[in-house]
Amino acid sequence: MDMDGFVEEVVRISGRNPYLCYQCGMCSAVCPVAQYMDILPHQIIRLVQMGDPAVLESDAIWVCISCMACVDRCPRDVGPGIIIDALRQFKLRRGAEKYDYFQVPELGEAPSLALVAASRKLTG
Amino acid sequence: MAGGEGEKPRIGVFVCHCGTNIAGVVDVKKVVEEVSKLPGVVHAEDYVYMCSQIGQQKIIDAIREKKLNGVVVAACTPSLHGETFAKAVEHGGLSRHRYEFVSIREYVSWVHWHDRKKATEKAIREIAAAVAKLADNKVYEPIRRAVKKKALVIGGGIAGMTAAVDLANAGIPVVLVEKSPTIGGRMIQLSMTFPTLDCAQCTITPKMAEVANHPNIKLYTLSEVIDVEGHVGNYKVKILQHPRMVDIDECRLCGFCERACPVEVPNEFNRGLGKRKAIYLPFAQAVPSAYVIDAEHCTRCGLCVRACPVDAINLDEKERIIEEEVGSIIVATGFDIYPPENLPEYGYGIYKDVVDALQFEQMIVPSGPTRGRIVRLSDGKPAKTVVFIQCAGSRDVNHLPYCSKICCMYTAKQAMLYKMKVPDGKAYIFYIDVRAAGKGYEEFYKKAQMTPGIHYVRGRVSRVYREPGDDRLTVEGVDTLSGKLVKIKADLVVLAVGIVPRLDPELASKLKIAVDEYGFAQEVHPKLKPVETEVGGVFVAGAVQGPKDISESVAQASAAAAKAMQLLVKDYVEKEPLIAEVDEERCDGCGICASTCPYEAIKIENGKAHVTPILCEGCGMCVSACPVGAMELRNLTDKQITNMVKAIARWP
Repeated sequence: MDMDGFVEEVVRISGRNPYLCYQCGMCSAVCPVAQYMDILPHQIIRLVQMGDPAVLESDAIWVCISCMACVDRCPRDVGPGIIIDALRQFKLRRGAEKYDYFQVPELGEAPSLALVAASRKLTG
Repeated sequence: MAGGEGEKPRIGVFVCHCGTNIAGVVDVKKVVEEVSKLPGVVHAEDYVYMCSQIGQQKIIDAIREKKLNGVVVAACTPSLHGETFAKAVEHGGLSRHRYEFVSIREYVSWVHWHDRKKATEKAIREIAAAVAKLADNKVYEPIRRAVKKKALVIGGGIAGMTAAVDLANAGIPVVLVEKSPTIGGRMIQLSMTFPTLDCAQCTITPKMAEVANHPNIKLYTLSEVIDVEGHVGNYKVKILQHPRMVDIDECRLCGFCERACPVEVPNEFNRGLGKRKAIYLPFAQAVPSAYVIDAEHCTRCGLCVRACPVDAINLDEKERIIEEEVGSIIVATGFDIYPPENLPEYGYGIYKDVVDALQFEQMIVPSGPTRGRIVRLSDGKPAKTVVFIQCAGSRDVNHLPYCSKICCMYTAKQAMLYKMKVPDGKAYIFYIDVRAAGKGYEEFYKKAQMTPGIHYVRGRVSRVYREPGDDRLTVEGVDTLSGKLVKIKADLVVLAVGIVPRLDPELASKLKIAVDEYGFAQEVHPKLKPVETEVGGVFVAGAVQGPKDISESVAQASAAAAKAMQLLVKDYVEKEPLIAEVDEERCDGCGICASTCPYEAIKIENGKAHVTPILCEGCGMCVSACPVGAMELRNLTDKQITNMVKAIARWP
């Protein structure tokens, strides 16, 4: 996958400025699913600041449930959840498939709301 | 001094390089070449630093040698060197009104650095305009008025008291106005001060006593400034004094009244942790040393009146208005803490064991509501684990975008004082960055870090809550350095709340001083005029100008006092005579000018507008408002403006 200029693309998609982040960690503190992430939300933003494409390989960007609690509490109005969404978009627009949506074994039992949310998130 | 009016113009133009600030963009040689051709210009030269002694001498020499009757300096900006060159021009024997400043750094090179050719052209056109204007500049005498040798200080905290005492010691009578029943401000509420851990009360009470006993200080407590009129050197001030209802001279502090009073309300001195009566002594060392009745809560039952053995209480005392005339005003109204109620996620107002930093100060003080014990306020049990949350409201676009500056240090102090009181206790300090810039501050922070049992956690707290059946609070947050989520069981949570200015917008508008976007009083220049306001003779001191600790407030207060002294030791004030003038033949007395004047400098008398010279600031509002063109600004007449526009348009 071509990673050149991924930060610029993520900034363009999200309309947010990752360089405003001063790494206070509020996003990680409020995140309801942070304990399931391999790296924490503030670390995601840090990797974006550093232009490190490793962030695109993290599980955390897919674990994010887009509740936007971090966006609400962010003291610098960075909007981590929106940037994380843009990271997913960046990958999806380049044809990446994190999960095969139709192979989810619990598809039949999953609540419909979760399915709508998941399809929105996982299909770009 | 030579006027030059009516003579054939002999103008000299001096173009400054400002190092490379100007010359790096503007082709100064080309500017000199072009402006030399302008009508009336008999001399033009450039120099690398026109503001230097050598540069100034060039102006002086040219005036004398070439018999100049007008000088144009094209350089940085008049707020920096306008006065430097005015003095040089006067030194050369010309009036300062025969000199014009053209800002080719701020208005040209700094903004048009990307286009050298056009920047150079703009510089030439601006100089051409100044040359055209200069031909009609007249020479005026400065306006003078006697100075009232008295100062008003608003606010009786550490800044206001320091300024008042400094002025009083210099022999200047001071009127000190304090809104609350006692002086002392915020500092008297504190336990100890960083970085020396001195007792705050022991430090401030001698200053309070000095204010109380100083023959040159007239103290008005329970008072506010309700009206200000006048100008630098001559202000008429109205002060509204609310009734204390207790005679200061008669009160013996026996406390019988307090015991008799049936009304109990939360005590604002310890931020509501304790109670006080409706008749009360704010604190033991209050100045003036007398009881006071809280008119808002008093039920006028009269029990205190009967209890008082010296008949000091008068429930019918009325408010009164005092008028004072002063030459200078120092605004030192201080700060409030950011309302912790705005941070419900940290549990303030929900759990008794969540307190703000000022409440914690009062818990440390031996005479405070917990008698100096650090306990859970919910059940009085010892607080074995305390979590401090820094930047509670500060550096957050949802609350206060700015850094409140003092919280890092006071939190380090509070954690250390906590450890002295509870040696086996644990203190966790959540922080974003620790800002310990100040003499001895980094060392102090290091001491806190080294103290066993104090843990600095770099990260934020998301929420504070109580789990069912748990008598402790749960603090959830993150440690960004280890990348781990943390959960701490705490007995007490202390919010290191930020600070907000305590400047009533109405007072600011009466004083006509500007405030910044956060409501802090705006200084004229952050570096060179840090205590001056845009209003002559009005100075600021302390946290009302921006977040500040005690040392800085005191330093600024002494600076403000020194500035006031510079003004008050003079017998008269002089001001620029470039004011508005009325053409009485045209004026039909409609009064539109008077209603637009922001300085109340215009009065309509006998059907004509009259400008009071000492009040007029020469802003030009009246000139643009006058429907019949009867108003003109000295040395900026319609004719001059038209000539300037023509000069700009005509070149080359």
